[in-house]
Amino acid sequence: MMGSIIEQASSYAAEIDQVILVVAVLGGFWLLLTEGVLFYFLFRYRRKRSPRAKYMSGESHGEKAWIHWPHNLVIVCDMVIIAFAMSAWYNIKQDLPPADATIRIVGQQWAWRFTHPGSAGELGSSEDVEIVDELHLQVNKTYHFKLESSDVLHSFSVPVFRLKQDAIPGRIITGWFKPTKEGAFDIQCAEICGIGHGAMVAKLIVQNEDDYAQWIAAERLRTKG
Amino acid sequence: MGTVHHSPASQSRLASIWHRYLFSTDHKVIGMQYLFTGMAMAIIGGFFAYVFRMQLAFPGKEVLGYGLVNANNYNMLITNHGAIMIFWVAMPVLIAAFGNYLIPLMAGCDDMVFPRINRLSYQIFLLSVLVLIASFFVAGGGFGGAWTSYPPLSANPAYNLTPNGASLWLLAVALEFVAFLLGGINFITTLMNSRAPGMRMYDIPIVLWMIVIASVLFMGSVGPLIAGAVMLLFDQTLAIGFFDPSKGGDPVLWQHLFWFFGHPEVYVVLLPAMGITAEIITVFSRKKLFAYKTVLFTTIAVGVLSFFVWAHHQFISGIDPRMANIFTITTVIISVPITEMMFVYIATLYGGSIQFTTPMLFALAFLAEFLIGGVTGIFLGASSADIYFHDTYFVLAHFHYTFVPIAIIAVFAGLYYWFPKMFGRMMNDKLGHVHFWGTIIPFNCIFIPLFYLGAAGDHRRIYNYENFPDLMRGHMQDLRIVATISLLVMLAFQGVFLYNFFSSMFRGKKAGKNPWQANTLEWVAESPPPHGNFPTLPVVYRPPYEYSVPGRSSDFWPQNEKA
Repeated sequence: MMGSIIEQASSYAAEIDQVILVVAVLGGFWLLLTEGVLFYFLFRYRRKRSPRAKYMSGESHGEKAWIHWPHNLVIVCDMVIIAFAMSAWYNIKQDLPPADATIRIVGQQWAWRFTHPGSAGELGSSEDVEIVDELHLQVNKTYHFKLESSDVLHSFSVPVFRLKQDAIPGRIITGWFKPTKEGAFDIQCAEICGIGHGAMVAKLIVQNEDDYAQWIAAERLRTKG
Repeated sequence: MGTVHHSPASQSRLASIWHRYLFSTDHKVIGMQYLFTGMAMAIIGGFFAYVFRMQLAFPGKEVLGYGLVNANNYNMLITNHGAIMIFWVAMPVLIAAFGNYLIPLMAGCDDMVFPRINRLSYQIFLLSVLVLIASFFVAGGGFGGAWTSYPPLSANPAYNLTPNGASLWLLAVALEFVAFLLGGINFITTLMNSRAPGMRMYDIPIVLWMIVIASVLFMGSVGPLIAGAVMLLFDQTLAIGFFDPSKGGDPVLWQHLFWFFGHPEVYVVLLPAMGITAEIITVFSRKKLFAYKTVLFTTIAVGVLSFFVWAHHQFISGIDPRMANIFTITTVIISVPITEMMFVYIATLYGGSIQFTTPMLFALAFLAEFLIGGVTGIFLGASSADIYFHDTYFVLAHFHYTFVPIAIIAVFAGLYYWFPKMFGRMMNDKLGHVHFWGTIIPFNCIFIPLFYLGAAGDHRRIYNYENFPDLMRGHMQDLRIVATISLLVMLAFQGVFLYNFFSSMFRGKKAGKNPWQANTLEWVAESPPPHGNFPTLPVVYRPPYEYSVPGRSSDFWPQNEKA
């Protein structure tokens, strides 16, 4: 369902979309059923067809069963939703698979700063490349990110990855993702951060290994020279 | 209990109006003060929505009546639209106006227990309105850090660039909370201590229960927020650093304090709306409320649970990810009592004799639309789905599908229903129907496109989507235009309401005491009720919803009728 509205470009995009689908099916079922019964009653018991109302308190067991059975079924559906939501959450936000490379992301009023790692995939070497508002990644590599903010709250959001994480000044937040599709996508700031919030956009470029190697070599030359 | 103002004959007419309408301790006048102030604020909040929706649909074009909207104006408009609609429209109208007007009348007493505290409550509220409006015009402009006011943006003038606006805004919010604390004390005390003789706990009309339970929720949750607001005020003005990490503070602390209040707040406004709906659907289906005790106990259950769901606003805010699991469970579970209430209301309609009057249409629309708001909330309560939907237009559409039914649709239902009591005349039913369809259809046409836009990636509080190439694909801009035009239609139809409301006040058909043939005690009083409400205080003999009792020729049975 979600895949037809917006691309899935990370390893966990499909998993999140599956949770959304489960909620849509179960929630949609109850919504249609309830609205259906509501509108049927409005039609069936309009004054013209039903001039005198029935008298019932709804306090007897037989009458309450009409409420209790749907109520119990709602609890069962809730359990299913909770199970799907929690297992996906565990995989995406609590679990941290081993990384091929680590990047640093710093939000500031009103730009994103990205540090690309050296060839070992680790930050802190002389090969680090820091650029503003453009993040280059290799497809099918698992990345850890170290997310920081230098002023106010920001939120690092990549809709095609189904990834969103707030950045908080004074903290380094670690997370992960694995791009699965080459191309150019938007990076947004999803937390209001001042007058430039509406223009705080960055570019995400996912490349294959060769293109990435070529780009980063050129970039290293440019920043050194 | 009520203190009556005896104006000396020598006093001029102006001075007596001044006393009667501005310094009255009569609960009905105070209710009206809250109602009209709330309506005036709704016009300001609606105007703000019009301006920023125009900017979104036609970016960079001059907006009629406002001019060009820059990023700064845009942030100020959305911030204050949200704050006004929740704090200065939903709260004063649903809790304060209906609560003040209805509690003494429906409980069968002459006034609130503490009439002077009641007057003070409105005066502080009025002060908060004035401070808020002043904040739009100070140097640097109005506050633009969103109605949630997250620090460090809201705490540091170097970041928000509105040193005066931010502090005045916060002061206005704090004053408003004080006003409602005073009101809440009155509501709870009056209902518990001043009911008509014979009115036992289970004889209290559901709307009064819900307003009082809402007041309890408000009083229980607002403390941490008032503390937080004072801390934030210190951060803004003295740079103390409660929320500043470089001084050992923590910005996320504010989010906990804010949402610990903010989520119960949703139920604080929902419950009175549910109560109003209960009164109306029973009267216009001539049915007893299905399972009164179930409604009452699920209301209490919702109230208790609402204190344990707040962190679902913070799944991705940097809290420990393990905490999200707990709050997913509580949040999804709160759907159980809420659906239970919905089922009970629908069961009430079963076997009824339904009349589609204007108040009934609005009450039914509240149920039908709020269901959509409720179901879409589950996407956001389910932690992993929220990773994607958080801070998108999906969230925005979801909470407008809850807040518009609550603060607009249910309020209209209540106004059309109690108008005859408030002003002694009937509103025009034909114009009411025009207003109903002119509100409901455009409302759906505004927010259904916004659900889609949110799912497609539109994030919130963006003044111009042309900056985001991925968000200009396909028909996304067209959908933004559809939403804006629907808003214009919806706003235009409110003119029908205003005309109907004010012209019926003077020219409507005389209503008599009980035009809807309802059971509850407010319909025993004259329309409009005089100061003191009842000539002799009524005595209650039965529960409030005895409609269509077998063996009786009349299909209603007022609470105060002996046999």
